[in-house]
Amino acid sequence: MKRFTAWRRRPWAGYAVVLAALAAIGVIYAGFSPRTDRAEAANSAQAAPDLANGKALFNQNCASCHGLNAEGTKDAEGKPISPSLIGVGAASVDFQVSTGRMPAMNPGAQMPRKRPIPAFDTSIKTDHEDPEERAAAEKQKAQAEKNLADLRAYIASLGGGPEVPPASAVDPKKGDVALGGKLFRTNCAQCHSFTGQGGALTGGKYAPPLSNDDVTPTQIYEAMLTGPQAMPVFNDTTLTAEEKQAIIAYIVQIREEPNPGGNGLGRIGPVSEGLAGWLIGIGLLVLAAMWITAKKPKKLKKS
Amino acid sequence: MSESTAPKAVEAPLNFLDDRLGSTTFFKRNMKKVFPDHWSFMLGEIALYSFIILLLTGTFLTLWFKPSMVEVVYDGSYTKLQGVKMSEAYASTLHISFDVRGGLLMRQIHHWAAILFMASILAHMLRVFFTGAYRKPRELNWLIGIGMFTMGMLEGLFGYSLPDDLLSGTGLRITQGVAESIPLVGTYIYMFLFGGEFPGTDIVPRMYMLHILLIPGLILGLITAHMMIMWHQKHTAMPTQHQTEQQVYGYPFYPVFMAKTGAYFLFTFGVLALLGAFAQINPIWLFGPYDPGAISSASQPDWYMGVLEGSLRIMPNWEITAWGHTLSLNVLIPALLPLGIVFGGAAAWPFIEQWVTGDKRHHHVNTRPRNAPVRTATGMAAVTFYGLLWIAGANDVVADRFSVSLFATTWFFRFAVFLGPVLAFIVTKRICLGLQRKDADVIGHGVESGIILMSPEGRFTERHEPAREEERVVLLSKENARPEAPAVDARGVPAPGAKGPLGHLRSRLNRAWQFDDVPVEEHAENGHAELEGDKETARH
Repeated sequence: MKRFTAWRRRPWAGYAVVLAALAAIGVIYAGFSPRTDRAEAANSAQAAPDLANGKALFNQNCASCHGLNAEGTKDAEGKPISPSLIGVGAASVDFQVSTGRMPAMNPGAQMPRKRPIPAFDTSIKTDHEDPEERAAAEKQKAQAEKNLADLRAYIASLGGGPEVPPASAVDPKKGDVALGGKLFRTNCAQCHSFTGQGGALTGGKYAPPLSNDDVTPTQIYEAMLTGPQAMPVFNDTTLTAEEKQAIIAYIVQIREEPNPGGNGLGRIGPVSEGLAGWLIGIGLLVLAAMWITAKKPKKLKKS
Repeated sequence: MSESTAPKAVEAPLNFLDDRLGSTTFFKRNMKKVFPDHWSFMLGEIALYSFIILLLTGTFLTLWFKPSMVEVVYDGSYTKLQGVKMSEAYASTLHISFDVRGGLLMRQIHHWAAILFMASILAHMLRVFFTGAYRKPRELNWLIGIGMFTMGMLEGLFGYSLPDDLLSGTGLRITQGVAESIPLVGTYIYMFLFGGEFPGTDIVPRMYMLHILLIPGLILGLITAHMMIMWHQKHTAMPTQHQTEQQVYGYPFYPVFMAKTGAYFLFTFGVLALLGAFAQINPIWLFGPYDPGAISSASQPDWYMGVLEGSLRIMPNWEITAWGHTLSLNVLIPALLPLGIVFGGAAAWPFIEQWVTGDKRHHHVNTRPRNAPVRTATGMAAVTFYGLLWIAGANDVVADRFSVSLFATTWFFRFAVFLGPVLAFIVTKRICLGLQRKDADVIGHGVESGIILMSPEGRFTERHEPAREEERVVLLSKENARPEAPAVDARGVPAPGAKGPLGHLRSRLNRAWQFDDVPVEEHAENGHAELEGDKETARH
């Protein structure tokens, strides 16, 4: 106790308390904040679609907003609350549900990406040690994949629409990266930023980041094809299937590319660079200046 | 001045120089020049040393950089751009980054040095402003400093535009827009600068010449003038125990300060090498070659241009069209007004302050910021104004990272940029006056000793002890407000400075400068006791 009382009056005591408090808050926050797990590539194992299951899932999860016949709903003034799903196609369903955007929790400017609900969560961890647990997880995953396929088939049966692209069409290794980069800068970068870090849009909307590897090539393709939320549609006459694959190749390869210059500073350009220059550069040099000027020569006499 | 003399090995060459250059004993004398010690006096040196590193790394880069807009097809080791058409400038920058040994490191050190050069100038200017080191006789050096910062902005803009990448091309497009928005001569300036329609093929070679020859030459000249004036006028000093207006207190150049500043050069170089090696800057290969048809979100300039970017972003879309001509206030105002206010204001400030306070004396000892509340508050208002515009330049990054609406940030900054400085002024002034009050209390009553005394009647009091001598010197360095000269003398004749509307303004500003000053002075012993006694009785 006595030592603490002495320390309290030291010049650095205030800083130490603030630092300790910040550290404590950080640890507590890290403990409480919801963890965002990464989803694995959800490439659907195709099975014979079970339309009855799809309709049941639709009634359970979607019908409350989109209407019992997927016709969409309107409020008392005739303004649409949610759109009709007739003709949106399997690709749209796959994108919205596999990214967790649908079923939506609460309507806002834009539906955020989140972990899909358990019935559609195809990214369940299956590498458990315990064989029983693993079997259960694998079963659940297979069921989620089947559910998603059934739901897609049911919506597609209502009025057609774009199909989920085959795996060969989205393979990032087969695309022309240089062409993809050019197309990305012309068509995508104005919202998603140079390397797909995402960006703010008007009215509280935003372009989500493409730089996390839970954004699968299939999802990128589907997004271009169906134009979810604020995104425009890039149909096959605007960007051919090959060009879409080139863009996917660019996005995936650029996010896997290491930064040759050291830490990428978030790859968001001069804002983080300026911040680093001031905080690290000037910060370190101020510390050095304090240290140098605090040094007193021993022998020199002053007049 | 130090009594110690340099050893022979140093003395002899100096004598040699003095003999040959006819400088009598200039070099010999100046080895003993005294430099005061304070960490904030090193901020300007970061700029000096960054500039040296900029010259060296820049020279390295010129060996491979090709300032040419000739279109080439890339065929280098960065596979993701292979076969893409680009300008030779961009291709040669890729070549430096990926195919020249040490090229990327040099590029990164060069860019980080530019960031630190500008940042340290600003930090140095803030130090000079808030301590009042710009006062007579140092106004000229203050103006030179502002000139160097402005020049550095241009130098930086031209420098990062040279690689002809998508990010800097966007900035260049804004530069073109600004040039065009200037009334009457705008289109002529634009055509003269770009040698044709944007972007044309002339701009990169022209910027290159300006960037590697003209502007660095000018900056170098200004640095020389800055240093010579500083050496001649001697450094200002913080108010410490032995420091007076007549004599500088510190360590001699040789051997102490020389070692310190030499070490500091190595520190600067070390920090820049550290940043250059471990923090990626301006990855032009990720931005891609410039294409007028493409643009990216989060396109920001380097930090020192951020304030211009911010003003442009929050400016409402005002235009005046008359007689077939358009006056683009939406570009012209943000380009000229905010920086004009900050730098024009900074340049005029020493003279305004002199005029308001009527203080025409030489000052060599700095003021503590709290002891000039109006100056400090004005400075903080300017910092707030600049800072808000600066953040506004990154409003899309702020909106994205902190999940707030982009439009909300724009409207917030539109108001905050006017209200923030006022608020900052008021808050800072109150804080300064509070600190003055605290100082007055320490001088008047001493510091709390933590010793509790019990009087025979059982009353508890805490003993106050006088502050340490070093502390008292610092506190007593405050110059208390002088009594106001009466506006009219006994015969009703107005004082010479107070005549006319300008004189009235002056005396009003003078009052505002010091009317709420808290005098920090020693009370007579008995006065102190009385005060204590008053307190005691008040408590009963």
